[in-house]
Amino acid sequence: MEAVYAICVGLLTFSGVFLCLRGRTFPVVMGLTLLSYAVNLFLFSSGRLKLDGAAILGTSYSYADPLPQALVLTAIVIGFAMTAFIVILAMRARADLGNDHVDGRLPPQPEAKPRRKKEHA
Amino acid sequence: MSEHLTILPILLPLIGGLLLLLPPLGTNLVRQRAGALVVAVLTLGCAIALLLQSQQAGIQLYVLGNWQPPFGIVLVADRLSTLLVLLTSVLGLASLLYASAGDDRTGAHFYPLILLQLMGINGAFLTGDIFNLFVFFEVLLIASYALLIHGGGKQKTQAGFHYVALNLVGSSLFLFALGILYGTLGTLNIADMSTKVATLSDGEKVLARAGGLLLLAVFGLKAAMLPLHFWLTRTYASACAPVAALFAIMTKVGIYSIYRVHTVIFGANAGDLAFMAQPWIWPLALLTLLAGSIGALASPNLRELTANLVIVSVGTLLVSVALQSKAATAAGLYYLVHSTLVCAALFMIADLIGQQRGKACDRFVMSRKVRQPALLGIMFFVAAMAVAGIPPFSGFVGKVMLLQSADSTSEMFWAWPAILISSLVTIVALSRGGTTLFWRRSSDKTQADPASPWHIAAVVVLLAAAPLMVVLGGPITAYTAAAAEQLHQVPASLDLLLPGGSS
Repeated sequence: MEAVYAICVGLLTFSGVFLCLRGRTFPVVMGLTLLSYAVNLFLFSSGRLKLDGAAILGTSYSYADPLPQALVLTAIVIGFAMTAFIVILAMRARADLGNDHVDGRLPPQPEAKPRRKKEHA
Repeated sequence: MSEHLTILPILLPLIGGLLLLLPPLGTNLVRQRAGALVVAVLTLGCAIALLLQSQQAGIQLYVLGNWQPPFGIVLVADRLSTLLVLLTSVLGLASLLYASAGDDRTGAHFYPLILLQLMGINGAFLTGDIFNLFVFFEVLLIASYALLIHGGGKQKTQAGFHYVALNLVGSSLFLFALGILYGTLGTLNIADMSTKVATLSDGEKVLARAGGLLLLAVFGLKAAMLPLHFWLTRTYASACAPVAALFAIMTKVGIYSIYRVHTVIFGANAGDLAFMAQPWIWPLALLTLLAGSIGALASPNLRELTANLVIVSVGTLLVSVALQSKAATAAGLYYLVHSTLVCAALFMIADLIGQQRGKACDRFVMSRKVRQPALLGIMFFVAAMAVAGIPPFSGFVGKVMLLQSADSTSEMFWAWPAILISSLVTIVALSRGGTTLFWRRSSDKTQADPASPWHIAAVVVLLAAAPLMVVLGGPITAYTAAAAEQLHQVPASLDLLLPGGSS
């Protein structure tokens, strides 16, 4: 279970970081979302992984740490608000600046190779 | 009443901000303005009362919901946090005064956002719990995102997207670090964490070190430490003046968190992990100073120049963190208060000069004469002298204290030239900018409107600190020395911070 969990968190983080480094706003927003998923899973595991553990006293013989669950809940709510904000901001930037590049302007295009003139036509 | 004083600097702006959105106040800008000023004055009063109380009665612990620490949420008002809450309240009041002259008209919900931002900053200073530090960081950040794009315009949207994306990545890193630290230490209460760090096993120490250094990276991003400072210039230069002035304290929230985490948790009592961030902070502090100085020389306008001076002040403060002694922390706190107020004043002055120079704004180019050269000139001159550290003003005292706190030869070898050369560069950059702004006039005779009394009042409130902090130098340095003592001597106050014993 631990290995699968760790690989899952790692993959999400990797994809998140990769997408954050892209040049357009949409992949960046997706990357931030994936990063926040990875963070939520990671926070959840900081109370150790446990199957069938209850978080409330007096209901079971084995208990799970309730604090990380509360932390994850807070982190989810905050992450949700932030994602909503950055989506709106990205749309506003698209409207204001006329393109969806993160720097607000498109990088200069490499010049197309000049077509060879047909001299003997 | 007095037992609830600790939470009032958080509650007042929160309730005030919400009330300002509701009908009797929210429908009318004049009422909103008055309401916000009343709330800011009340918060200032509470901050002063809290400072006096924590000075007389020692550290104030406020246990929310009466869940005893280390399990519940606590607010801790010690000398350091109350000083910074007071600083925030003064800055908030000045920023509101400045905005009352008309900057509040350019976008919606200006006053509620400012008050919520004040709530976030005060909360970050007062919390005794590292997860709540994260929560308050988010509160102040989300308010700052909205404030940054207040007024609209291409430049602001562009800078805003960078700022938001960077800070969201920073928040993720913050949570990763918290997860690691909670997984190894089993607690999030700062005082409790400081007792647990020394007892870790070898494997856990590696994890805790990783978590602590991740936190340094996060706070470095907020504080604009060297490789993470590139967002600052553009963000601050594009924000409108009262917002930029309020942002002057946001880098200091990062510095405060570094003080809190790396002197309390990973401080002298942390066993093998004691002062583990110091080898990183030293070079980064010096390089931040260098980067800020170069940026100051290269700035094309006064707002960007001021933003670079903020980076220089962050570098100076990081030197005080790196020195780690009590004297250095005391000097750093003095310098922190001074640099926040003066940089905020400079942002406002830049805006005033820009308004009176017409199309040239505050760019360093030839332009028409400013309308009130004497008034603005004196303000600019005082602010420039203070920020560069020239004798009669507070910057001088702060820098001298900091230079004196470097005891060993190697510390002097690195800290002295860096701070002194950056001061020289500041003087050069400001005098170059000032001569162009005030003396290179074109023949254009059109006159701008004179500055409004609100504007002048705000700048005077902030600039008054420069001479006052020298006149009251004795009590203030005594206070910062005691605050530094408290910060470095956490074991002495553990009984008070953890009445239920550690977890």
